[in-house]
Amino acid sequence: MGRHSKRAGMLSILFMGLGQLYNRQTAKGIVLAAAEAVYIIAFLPYTIRSIKGLITLGDTPQKMVNGKIIQGDHSIFMMVFGIVAIIVLLLFAVLYALNINDAFRVGKLRDEGKKPNSLKASLKNLAEKGFPYLLLTPAGIFTLFLTVVPLIFGILIAFTNYSSPNHLPPRSLVDWVGFENFINLFKIPSLGKTFAGVAGWTMVWAVLATFSTFFVGLVFAVIINANKIVLKKFWRSIFILPWAVPGFISILVMRNMFNGQFGPINKYLTSIGISAVPWLAEPFWAQVTCLLVNLWLGFPYYMAMMSGVLTGIPRDLYEAASIEGASSCQKFFKITLPMVLFATAPLVINGFAYNFNNFTLIYLLTSGNPTSNEYFYAGHTDILLSWLYKLTLEQNQFHMAAVVSIIVFIFVASVSAINYLRTKSFKEEDMVQ
Amino acid sequence: MKLSTLRGKIVRFLIYILLACATVTSIYPILWIVMSSFNPGSALYSTTLLPERFTLDHYSELFIKKDFGLWYLNTLKIAFFTMLLALVLVIITAYALSQFRFKGRRISLMAMLILQAFPSFMTMIAVYLLLLQLGILDTHLGLILVYAGGAIPGGAWLVKGYFDGIPRSIPEAAKIDGASNATIFIKVMMPMSTPILTFVALSNFIAPWMDFILARLVLRSAAKKTLAIGLYEMVSSRMNTEFTMFAAGAVMVAVPITILFIILQRFMIQGLAEGASKT
Repeated sequence: MGRHSKRAGMLSILFMGLGQLYNRQTAKGIVLAAAEAVYIIAFLPYTIRSIKGLITLGDTPQKMVNGKIIQGDHSIFMMVFGIVAIIVLLLFAVLYALNINDAFRVGKLRDEGKKPNSLKASLKNLAEKGFPYLLLTPAGIFTLFLTVVPLIFGILIAFTNYSSPNHLPPRSLVDWVGFENFINLFKIPSLGKTFAGVAGWTMVWAVLATFSTFFVGLVFAVIINANKIVLKKFWRSIFILPWAVPGFISILVMRNMFNGQFGPINKYLTSIGISAVPWLAEPFWAQVTCLLVNLWLGFPYYMAMMSGVLTGIPRDLYEAASIEGASSCQKFFKITLPMVLFATAPLVINGFAYNFNNFTLIYLLTSGNPTSNEYFYAGHTDILLSWLYKLTLEQNQFHMAAVVSIIVFIFVASVSAINYLRTKSFKEEDMVQ
Repeated sequence: MKLSTLRGKIVRFLIYILLACATVTSIYPILWIVMSSFNPGSALYSTTLLPERFTLDHYSELFIKKDFGLWYLNTLKIAFFTMLLALVLVIITAYALSQFRFKGRRISLMAMLILQAFPSFMTMIAVYLLLLQLGILDTHLGLILVYAGGAIPGGAWLVKGYFDGIPRSIPEAAKIDGASNATIFIKVMMPMSTPILTFVALSNFIAPWMDFILARLVLRSAAKKTLAIGLYEMVSSRMNTEFTMFAAGAVMVAVPITILFIILQRFMIQGLAEGASKT
């Protein structure tokens, strides 16, 4: 190892920018040194305080003194600040590492007898190499604060007792509890039962909702595209309508149509002598209603997608099959179906993930009702996501919601990761070069 | 031979019956809500498909009894700025990921994929707290930022895929001719990707009209309300005594959004067909 590289590297470890100054890159050195100075003066005390806060989550609860409220520590804010402080610290650490690397590299150049880059050349180099990073910065900041920090926060909450009624800031403090919540999810009967029940229905719902829309969509796409059916355009535009109308409006309309007492569907049923069906009031029927409404909303999407695929299947395939004496049935199962399935398989997996998370439909249609008294704040049509919504925004059971979120995330993320890894765009990622 | 044509006729007849039934099912709810909005009464139970007389009262009530005009403007404003911000963020992110090779690129792509799998309200409590701390809770700005941020991962992947499809020789030729990165981006890449950019813009414009959860989380005061919240509140009460007014509001929201959506849907199908033809 050369003299200059070692010295420059060591100096930069000691303090940012020193190595650069040693390498006679004065401007760069001053900027880097200033950056470290700013961090130490402006951020370091804050960082230390925040990380301490993240560890303790506060120790002075809110008190009443002579009828006046004396503010205590707000555990949850302390947690958020702690996470932000750690991220800022990490970013600083990356900069520090780059600084050491740079000093070392330039030192090595000098060891080899080459001249280090002038300020102008460095800047040009930075502009060239830094351009993509510059472009990614805004998206990075957004993702950091709206996704990464909140997610870390959500994960950490699972290890605390943040919940109503006894651990809700600012009135009281929140504490770390380790894996207690995870254990409770399986140990406390009402919780375990709710989780199993809701998760079971979520799976049934996601599978049935996806396949019903997929196959009904397929049937209609095939029928409309069949040779002898007239008015193709007319049928297609009619069936697109349920998809085109904003979903939340259709769902709210359906909620009223299926209304057990006043809704038009039951009115018609009773007028033709069939007794009214408890569409939204009984667990089984409420689940059926969810699936029916989803079918209405969802089949046009698959129909439209499949129509596109169907028109793309080369005609001569069918002609060849006809010459060989294949029946329409055989043609359907041997040509149409495989082609359609091949093109739409990713859509099915996406559809599954979408339905798994289809909070809007469940919440706006049934609100998860009818409620169950065996469940922990959940009803018979609640899927995991609508249960989460109730746990957090209605019942303030943040700790349990966080535990369930983590489980949901692991599941959904693995499904979609598998899906995307399969897709072409990722596989051929490096062939673009 | 004769038998088979007869069978064919019967099958076709049955198919037309099926199509007719499906047509009724598809149209009925839409027709019903449109008719409800012209019904004279106000509650759900008195609403009929063919009203005794047609009235436009519910449409005017929306503006007199409720702040429908204000909600509409709020939603329009949020939708417009969400679209702009999301489009800018998505384009520059996709451009960087598609046209440059740099350290951390693959990790960024993978991270975006994983992050978009998170359901948005796993992050809700923390987003709420952050907005509160930044002083932008209960502002439209806060909501726009949340929407636009959420649009980045999915949108950037989509647009990146499209950019990847543009032959690299085109921007490279421009570079040899001495065009800067910025010029290549604006003069070459952007015009070549209008369809996908229209798609991203439209879908981000439509999203705020439909969203209900995030709007409810961020917006607290009545004056800030969006259409989705306003409409939901009209029918979430047990008795549904504002049902016909809801119907009128629903029609007024659904008409423009449906038209936009039909435009959008063409791009989606086209996209799938193109994706299929490449394999």
